[in-house]
Amino acid sequence: MPDAPLDDLIGLLARLPGLGPRSARRAALALVRKRRVLLEPLAAAMADVAEHARECLICGNIGTSERCDICTDPKRDPTTLCVVESVADLWAMERAQVFRGRYHVMGGTLSALDGIGPEDLNLPRMAQRIADDSVTEVILALGATVDGQTTAHYIADMLEDRGIPVTSLAQGVPVGGELDYLDDGTITAALSARRQMR
Amino acid sequence: MIEWREQGILLAVRRHGEANAIIEVLTRDHGLHAGVVRGGASRKQAPLLQVGAQLDLTWRARIEDHIGSFVVEPVRSRAVPIMADRAALAALQSVAALLTTCIAERQPVEEVHDRTYALLDTLARQPDWPQLYAQWELSLLADLGFGLDLSCCAVTGVTQQLRYVSPRTGRAVSQQGAGEWADRLLPLPLFLLMGGDASAQETADALRLTGHFLRQWLGPTLTRSNALDARDQAARAIVGQMVKAAGTPTG
Repeated sequence: MPDAPLDDLIGLLARLPGLGPRSARRAALALVRKRRVLLEPLAAAMADVAEHARECLICGNIGTSERCDICTDPKRDPTTLCVVESVADLWAMERAQVFRGRYHVMGGTLSALDGIGPEDLNLPRMAQRIADDSVTEVILALGATVDGQTTAHYIADMLEDRGIPVTSLAQGVPVGGELDYLDDGTITAALSARRQMR
Repeated sequence: MIEWREQGILLAVRRHGEANAIIEVLTRDHGLHAGVVRGGASRKQAPLLQVGAQLDLTWRARIEDHIGSFVVEPVRSRAVPIMADRAALAALQSVAALLTTCIAERQPVEEVHDRTYALLDTLARQPDWPQLYAQWELSLLADLGFGLDLSCCAVTGVTQQLRYVSPRTGRAVSQQGAGEWADRLLPLPLFLLMGGDASAQETADALRLTGHFLRQWLGPTLTRSNALDARDQAARAIVGQMVKAAGTPTG
């Protein structure tokens, strides 16, 4: 039976996504055993993040200052705005290292059944940015779910009068995917979005 | 162990813990039924569990009162073909919200199921789906015991020229019977009685009619669950899309 502080640590670790009580115990033991190389740097990093982590005032990304690195990067194209549902989606896009514009994090998707309306999302700030930053294209990188696409339609309607091209990510066969293993919905979407080869 | 197998329409999905999901489905013989799907929130299964999906379900529980667990096999998705249609997506969400809120759990609802099945298969596929949606709402009111009496005029008793519905009683009123009260009554579009094509204005009138009675008779229940919001958003999207397509404003 671990001491109270260790027990607290295990209890807290067990509340993290992907960890249960057993894996939390293993993680706590590993931390204690690697005190110098893991536990102390981790504690310092966590204290630092706890003190400084905050939401970017412009895009909603999480960083350590009022304006995140992406929003302050002069090499980023401010006229192309990619709208994502969450910070996790923004980070996923960044991992691809393809998009060189800026982002806007909605903070969720519209869901009438869950009582999430337009007023619960970062829509006004997005509209303001589009007006202020002379945005020439809005890319809707929202999930291919019922709620995600409902939100995409809502934003597209909202921006209709501004005359800005609004595009969305393609849906279809994933890289490395084989048709035999795809569900019928994905095949339908892929067929609808087929493109000319030559 | 209790077990049954049947096909059903997925109406709601809620994450349960990290990997599992609790789903609500509408089946013909077992009505509205909830259950846990192990791994339902996983990367593999979550994309298949989209509202509107037709699923092959096997439900198991130790005793009848338990929520039990589902093993699901996707039959086909209904959401994917309508992703590009805002009104159809909103209608799908409205149907799911109204049913999960209004239908009693685990009671066989063959007619509701069959009508819903038919409606969902027309969304964005048949040009008259907005009218079918309005008729579905009208039928749902009847299934829930709040049917409108559109058989004859509440004032004169005639069965012809029925043009209005009393917002208080839900009974039809003829053009002649309405008299000077016409502006206080709800317009009754002809397609709700006879079927056939309808204009954007008639569809808007039909949705105003069904919306009024859903609000009047089921208001507190629907408001509590946000289903009324979903339904009103669908009505706005449907009418908005029809108006845009026709290029004529509604009254």
